[in-house]
Amino acid sequence: MDAMIATFLIQDGVTSGAIYALLGLALVLVFSVTRVIFIPQGEFVAYGALTLALLDNGRIPPTISLLVCFGAVAFLLDLWDMRRRTDARTFLRSLGLNLVLPGIVYGIVTVLAPLGLPSFAKALLTILIIAPMGLYVYRIAYRPLADASVLVLLICSIGVHLAMMGLGLVFFGAEGLRAQPLDDANYTIGSLMVPAQSLWIYGSTIAIIVALYIFFERTLLGKALRATAVNRLGARLVGVRTQLTGVTAFMLAATIGAVSGVLIGPITTIYYDTGFLIGLKGFVAAIIGGLASFPVTAVAAIGVGLIESFASFFASSYKEVIVFGLIVPVLIWLSLSHTFHEEE
Amino acid sequence: MTFRRLLPGLAGILLLAVVPILPVPPFWITLLNNIGLASLVTIGLVLLTGVGGLTSFGQAAFCGFGAYTTAVLSTHYGVSPWLTLPLSLIVGAAIALPLGLITVRLSGHFLPLGTIAWGLALYYLFGKIDLLGRYDGISGIPPIEFGGYRFLSDGSIYYLIWFFVIAVAIGARNLLDSRTGRGIRALRGGGQAAEAFGVNIVRAKLTVFVFAGVVAALSGWLYVHMQRSVNPTPFGLSMGIEYLLMAVVGGSGHVWGAIFGAGIVLILKDVLQRFLPGIIGTTANFEMIVFGILLVIILQLAREGLWPFVLRLLPKRQPRPVPASEHRLAKRTLAPAGSPLIKVEKARKTFGGLVAVNDVSFEVQAGRIVGLIGPNGAGKSTTFNLITGIASLTTGSVFYEGQPLTGDSPRQIARHGIARTFQHAKILPDMSVLENVALGAHLRGSAGVFRSFLRLERDEEATLLAEAAYQLERVGLGQYRDRPAGDLALGQIRILEIARALAADPAVLLLDEPAAGLRHGEKQELASLLRKLREEGVSVLLVEHDMGFVMGLVDHLVVLDFGTLIAEGKPAEVRRHPAVVAAYLGGAA
Repeated sequence: MDAMIATFLIQDGVTSGAIYALLGLALVLVFSVTRVIFIPQGEFVAYGALTLALLDNGRIPPTISLLVCFGAVAFLLDLWDMRRRTDARTFLRSLGLNLVLPGIVYGIVTVLAPLGLPSFAKALLTILIIAPMGLYVYRIAYRPLADASVLVLLICSIGVHLAMMGLGLVFFGAEGLRAQPLDDANYTIGSLMVPAQSLWIYGSTIAIIVALYIFFERTLLGKALRATAVNRLGARLVGVRTQLTGVTAFMLAATIGAVSGVLIGPITTIYYDTGFLIGLKGFVAAIIGGLASFPVTAVAAIGVGLIESFASFFASSYKEVIVFGLIVPVLIWLSLSHTFHEEE
Repeated sequence: MTFRRLLPGLAGILLLAVVPILPVPPFWITLLNNIGLASLVTIGLVLLTGVGGLTSFGQAAFCGFGAYTTAVLSTHYGVSPWLTLPLSLIVGAAIALPLGLITVRLSGHFLPLGTIAWGLALYYLFGKIDLLGRYDGISGIPPIEFGGYRFLSDGSIYYLIWFFVIAVAIGARNLLDSRTGRGIRALRGGGQAAEAFGVNIVRAKLTVFVFAGVVAALSGWLYVHMQRSVNPTPFGLSMGIEYLLMAVVGGSGHVWGAIFGAGIVLILKDVLQRFLPGIIGTTANFEMIVFGILLVIILQLAREGLWPFVLRLLPKRQPRPVPASEHRLAKRTLAPAGSPLIKVEKARKTFGGLVAVNDVSFEVQAGRIVGLIGPNGAGKSTTFNLITGIASLTTGSVFYEGQPLTGDSPRQIARHGIARTFQHAKILPDMSVLENVALGAHLRGSAGVFRSFLRLERDEEATLLAEAAYQLERVGLGQYRDRPAGDLALGQIRILEIARALAADPAVLLLDEPAAGLRHGEKQELASLLRKLREEGVSVLLVEHDMGFVMGLVDHLVVLDFGTLIAEGKPAEVRRHPAVVAAYLGGAA
């Protein structure tokens, strides 16, 4: 291996590592705020990438129908909850959030999709479609389980993952798709050729990390999320609405998932089930961060990307074995370094 | 009565036995075989998830280990399948043990996450190894033979599969209904309480994890010799998830529910695969949508699974009588009254900058009742936790009969005969009152997993239960013996904790606010019980706020305030001590 290949592998590893970092951060975010281990995170990535790819072909992505369906189910569940007692405000809010919002998105996309938009606009459109799904997934699957144990929530996540992956198969089919890059220029720095898409990936990752930092440090809602993460009951007692923080965490996760999908869609072919594997690599990073530390997760994600990239060069057929096997030494290390505390 | 209890089970076995003889379509038999194989894995998961409070998505990989072990040995080396059976099981255990060791000490969710990752890694690994035939797998595997008879047809291996399913299910129930099983069942709720009575929590977790791995390997062994070929597909993560679905659908706390859940899921899968393509028009794995939604709905609406609904249809079980036992458990010899038993020396505990216990020294003598009092936040419960090893000393030391306890785990400390109750009662609400008390006698028995699985420990178990029943009578809870402990009122739960501590045959009882929530008469009964224990030579250290109760009972009082010992001595002296008056009534001393 010469320096040329090494730089290429490093660049490749950092690029995918940046995506894993985004996903890992979303997973830590959701877990710390809601105690949900959010396995379906990867599905948002696949939905995002596939939606973008269809928009590229000037087609209307089926995810908008899915969004409307999700909204309708959430609305029906809200109606069921309101069956005994309701007031106009709750009803109207539910109507607006669950039916009007997806309706508007549906309208916008149907009008704009065939127009041949610039790629950046298509990316934004994709995020607009996927992000509200976080809201509905939380409402439908997780909110009724808000007080359940981590274990039950994890099993629920597996159910949501199965359902969303299956729906992906129904709506997108088994064929893989590849989106067009946001910008297909290439830059050369010395001997290194850097595609513009990679720069987009680095830039977006950094931008999202900075935005999350500002959100958590500077905004009231962000602080409410942190408070919920530290102590759920305590946060409730001082007036933080934990449902609101839960919804926010899931919306953020879906948004980050959609962004990751938009970023990764042009560099690899995405199938309806690819998202799961990509999401799990984010998980490997999040576990290294103990499902708690944002910075450790981000750094670990880059490491996962690098290991994967070098593994695919030296032992390509064992790539997945190495990346997922990586978790074993990590768990040993966590097990030895953490003092054991019984969960209450 | 015994016959009536066994009736539903016998009817089920009879039905299973005649199905292949009946004129049923052949695919029914295939389906039943698959249900049997899946049931084995699911029984393991039920113990792991529903009972032990852990979970695994990687059980399919353990099937794979069992399957490939026998496939390689019986094809490449011509080893008889009966010889590969123990080897397959050992491989299952040998893989589960280290994987378990590294995860069981972590918080509950790292184990399942780990299993997802290695479930995937192992699946890819199976497909890469030449010896295992890569993704093509191994074919031409010999069938199982027994006395010249070859289990070739679906209808014949059917009996073999279901023999193992029923044997494992009965064994699993035996295991749960035993001394070891109580330790396992304690994992889900009160690991801390179980540990205070000598249950080795890490070992209990490992036991269920290895058990689940071994039965999955057994399923893999059977699968290979039924299918006569093997490839990595059935050992992937999606199958692992399906097994978990079966456990959740059936009811994650019920052994028979595992078989029920496996049946529902596989029949549903069969029906969906048959009819969904007709509705949707394509042939893809759409059943995963249904399975995903089913999983979420069951968790939301029936978290205990569907088996409890079936149980309601079956005749109600009569509580079992406590088996009579001639043996009495050996009692420990108690130190002579007045000799020093527990000695706390300059014990200090800090939480960050807060000094919860500040260089406290005192002594508990054998055959005495010592009261530990002080206002809220004085550090009384922390002192208890320091003595029993639940919290670790920052500096200082605790001695028991002259031996240092510093650094010992709660389990090791329990061995000395130090038994305790908790300020926030830690009982197992789903277990019967009797079983909760029997948990206290954990260290007085010795039966392990194998003897429990095969029911060879009935004598010992009867003695333990008889002891538990005796202690229940003694504290006056005899009439509630077979009720779930969660049904009791708070005051009764405190008394239950005392009975549990007594079942440990303690030399010292540490009671954390035993009288809280008791009515006047109950307090008097408790006081006379404690006096009686003192006469028998048992020492008592108690934290209590009810001064009337304490003053009339204790021989010696230790008063803490803000973590510092401010007075000690006879109750009458302490009562007049200026610092004590100041601490309780405020104002300048």
